[in-house]
Amino acid sequence: MEIFGVPSALLGSQLLVGLINGSFYAILSLGLAIIFGLLNIINFTHGAQYMMGAFVAWIALNKLGINYWVALLFAPIVVGALGVLIERTMLRKLYKLDHLYGLLLTFGLALIFEGIFRDQYGISGQSYPVPELLQGGVNLGFMFLPIYRGWVVVAALTVCFATWFIIEKTKLGAYLRAGTENPQMVQALGINVPLLITFTYGFGVALAAFAGVLAAPIYQVSPLMGSNLIIVVFAVVVIGGMGSIMGSIITGLGLGLVEGLTRVFYPEASAVVVFVIMVIVLLVRPAGLFGKA
Amino acid sequence: MQTKKLTTLACAAAFAMLSGAASAQISGDTVKVGVLTDMSGTYSDLAGAGAVLATQMAIEDFIAEAKPAFKVEMVSADHQNKADIASNKAREWFEREGVDTATELVTTSTALAVMKVAKEMNRVALMSGPASTPITNEQCNDVTVHYTYDTYALANGTAKAVTQQGGDTWFFLTADYAFGQSLERDSSAVVTANGGKVLGSVRHPFPASDFSSFLLQAQASGAKIIGLANAGADTTNAIKQAAEFGITPKQALAGLLMFISDVHSLGLQATQGMYLTTGFYWDLDDETRAWSKRFFDKHKRMPTMVQAGQYSSVLHYLRAVQATGTDEAGKVMAQMKATPIKDFFGKNGRIREDGRMVHDMYLAQVKTPAESKYPWDYYDIRQTIPAEEAFQPLAQSKCPLVKK
Repeated sequence: MEIFGVPSALLGSQLLVGLINGSFYAILSLGLAIIFGLLNIINFTHGAQYMMGAFVAWIALNKLGINYWVALLFAPIVVGALGVLIERTMLRKLYKLDHLYGLLLTFGLALIFEGIFRDQYGISGQSYPVPELLQGGVNLGFMFLPIYRGWVVVAALTVCFATWFIIEKTKLGAYLRAGTENPQMVQALGINVPLLITFTYGFGVALAAFAGVLAAPIYQVSPLMGSNLIIVVFAVVVIGGMGSIMGSIITGLGLGLVEGLTRVFYPEASAVVVFVIMVIVLLVRPAGLFGKA
Repeated sequence: MQTKKLTTLACAAAFAMLSGAASAQISGDTVKVGVLTDMSGTYSDLAGAGAVLATQMAIEDFIAEAKPAFKVEMVSADHQNKADIASNKAREWFEREGVDTATELVTTSTALAVMKVAKEMNRVALMSGPASTPITNEQCNDVTVHYTYDTYALANGTAKAVTQQGGDTWFFLTADYAFGQSLERDSSAVVTANGGKVLGSVRHPFPASDFSSFLLQAQASGAKIIGLANAGADTTNAIKQAAEFGITPKQALAGLLMFISDVHSLGLQATQGMYLTTGFYWDLDDETRAWSKRFFDKHKRMPTMVQAGQYSSVLHYLRAVQATGTDEAGKVMAQMKATPIKDFFGKNGRIREDGRMVHDMYLAQVKTPAESKYPWDYYDIRQTIPAEEAFQPLAQSKCPLVKK
């Protein structure tokens, strides 16, 4: 069977691959959306933090003998702690200023981190093996699905929806949202708002690092792996609506699918299709698909 | 008054003569070698700091061997793979800093930009890093040497060998820019000429990180061989993901441009059995081992063919300056072309009138982890491709300097 001259098996497999990439977009844009929504900081270091997550996993495996499963927890904690340090010592001083200052600071930090890793490990990067339990694949009839990729979708979506649940449906999430609306009032109710904000930034960063660990067995772990991805992720956040939690998850997955389809019908355009959509969305709905104007 | 004018004129004339005399010798009694390379981007592992080190080694070895009457200095800069940065830097070096030769120049676009500046300023350009054939065809000039390899030689080595060994149906995964297209074009021609068939190709954006969609299309084509007409991180990611999707070993991959740095970073598990064409391998013979060991001691990585070629080209240049006693580009180029190259890198090497340095190339197969006995023991050299067969024949050249 063919759809628009493309065998349906090929189309099915491309959609699945799109969904896998979409999971990465979702989890990365979610972190960005949380940080922007609650801190008003455009976190340009996000790509570098994703890269550091992958590198921490690699270093943990090769120097400390820490396996993949532990690294899934270990790397986000290490990189998240670094995020907390950045928030406490630097970002904190910029909240009252224009967004641009936060953007410049985090962009500078991203360049510094990438430079350090490039200096230490070179540009070609390192190879991280797929964990034994997830090696191999299953034949779905229309395609061969590596088990690891299936795991990525499950893990990423679980984390995304758990995060959404915490922020939108729990008391802690309610404090967070209230703290950003009216910090003085929440402070007056006896809640430590600065601590909440630090925690939020650390958590957003930890999400990036978690995505990095997920990505390590798929992509070459290299210093530039984040900067290649981060621009697309920013476009995802803009399309979904800056700061919208559910918006970033759904948009991430959706754009992964669109990109997958583009790769079948017109592969040369697959790098720009996300940005074309971004332009259209900005013209029609400047606040993004899920944003509040 | 009249006397004063005369004196001025005489002085001017004397100066003119002096500088005229000097130009037949070595300007400022110093030969300056400029290394213009990618110090921080995609190609910094295969060229970059290693190319700078190779240049230093060439200069030190030259001074020890020839005890020249002139000084030799080196400057280096990062061109960031951008043509405008490269040509501005080269111009600054030539005009203000008295640099005699711009070298390395990985990334074709920077190479093409700098060779024009070199021609205009009458300085020598030594290209070790770039791959595309226009450097010695449509765009060729008489001050440029293309030293280490090019896309024709790569295709001619890898695509020919793989097709002849039964890999007769191909699908290309091509980086969507000048270099990738040039590599695909040259390789397709070789495949067809050897009785093979090209079933299709897909152009991926440069750089890309996820290749699964493209690989699935290659898989659906049913081709026996998937040709990777890309380089650096694109190649390494494609190889890694091909294994993940169970494409290899059912279909085989042919890396059309792979460096030892790529094999090192991917590991033998992922690359074993792949064919590749290279202009240099450190473990070829005693000479290559001796030089590479010196390089390794300083750089902690074995040299790529670009880095080894860089050493050889700079040494060849400096010897030509010594022999002619001048740094004037035309005379030095004539001497370089007249002298055969015999060193650990350039076996049976010579520079043709189109600026192409032809030398023996090697068809290598990557070893399995079990076959690899010591660090960096990566290649099995399957075939030596003689200098005269490895590169595009002069008869096919589109370079106007070639007399037909």
